[in-house]
Amino acid sequence: MAIGQTLLGLLESRPQHGYDLKRAYDEQFGRDRPLHYGQVYATLSRLLKNGLVEVEGVEPGEGPERKRYAITEAGVADVEQWLGKPEEASSYLQSTLYAKVVLALLTSRDAGEILDVQRTEHLRVMRELTRRKADGDLVDQLICDHALFHLEADLRWLELTAARLGQLGERVGGRA
Amino acid sequence: MSAALLEGSELRKSFGVTPALDGASMDVAAGEVVAVMGPSGSGKSTLLHCLAGIVRPDSGRLTFAGRDLLAMSDRERSALRRTEFGFVFQFGQLVPELTCAENVALPLRLEGVRRKEAERRAAEWLSRVDVADLASKRPGEVSGGQGQRVAVARALVTGPRVVFADEPTGALDSMNGELVMTLFTQAARQTGAAVVLVTHEARVAAYADREVIVRDGRSRDMRAVA
Repeated sequence: MAIGQTLLGLLESRPQHGYDLKRAYDEQFGRDRPLHYGQVYATLSRLLKNGLVEVEGVEPGEGPERKRYAITEAGVADVEQWLGKPEEASSYLQSTLYAKVVLALLTSRDAGEILDVQRTEHLRVMRELTRRKADGDLVDQLICDHALFHLEADLRWLELTAARLGQLGERVGGRA
Repeated sequence: MSAALLEGSELRKSFGVTPALDGASMDVAAGEVVAVMGPSGSGKSTLLHCLAGIVRPDSGRLTFAGRDLLAMSDRERSALRRTEFGFVFQFGQLVPELTCAENVALPLRLEGVRRKEAERRAAEWLSRVDVADLASKRPGEVSGGQGQRVAVARALVTGPRVVFADEPTGALDSMNGELVMTLFTQAARQTGAAVVLVTHEARVAAYADREVIVRDGRSRDMRAVA
């Protein structure tokens, strides 16, 4: 996750204190991995230095002073550029699981068992996500769906590979 | 693990010279949802048909609530299917000439339930799967997802102890498939019915408590893995 641009995007919706910004981030994007305060303030400090945000006001309160940050025009341009640029479509060409299957075949281990163990683990996580979706709100549902579709794609690969173990075994010189 | 309500062991079935099941086994406990997965042509639908008493296996053992299904007469097995089992198929298989409410009431009427009572229970089940407004529509007038919800209501209206679902979302898009699976599994769990769910989709199988894989007519109980 590009934390800098994400915080900028949140600031574009309205100026906020660091504390509110962290809460907004965690609520929208960081349910599984909330930001540390240190990350938020270090990122804001960098954005400030680069002229992408500015301090709009300082409110005295209990403890340290609370700075309210606002996005600058340069910040808006940065968000605009980031949103418009497509993310790299990961091709996952270096799969650890693929390496395990090949090594199992090369060393005369049971590659089918490795695939079945992985399949069981994938489905265990998919069941958890499905339960979480049932109990969650729309944000939870969208996050879980994203993960579920990826896990499902992995499982399709597992199925296909299980069906091709014989061929693969001949290719790599081991046994299926 | 709970005691099995339905249990098939070492089931074998050939169609002509082609073996469809080659010693497959699986069990399901009351209130449990078990997914049967596997590639096309692996034998998973034949396994479902054997467990449901629709197809007679060439050999093996099959018990439901301690009763030997293979020792029953065809008539006894038919009665069992009507009273204890429910079915959801890929394409709903609703009767096109009947309204949705009449479709749901049909299994009750076949059991001799009075019309008023059957209509009342059908209406209640249509509400439970959120399609009460379709009661007077015919299957041809509703969408695929709505039709499957009607089919779920029809499968559960008799209070079956086991529901067999063969690719119940196979003809639906992701959104409707999800809705049907949520309503179906919730309703089944509320009634305590066991579910045997045949699917090749992992996201559908994830609604189940566990899975059995069928490959080349043989089964693998995934509780034994990992």
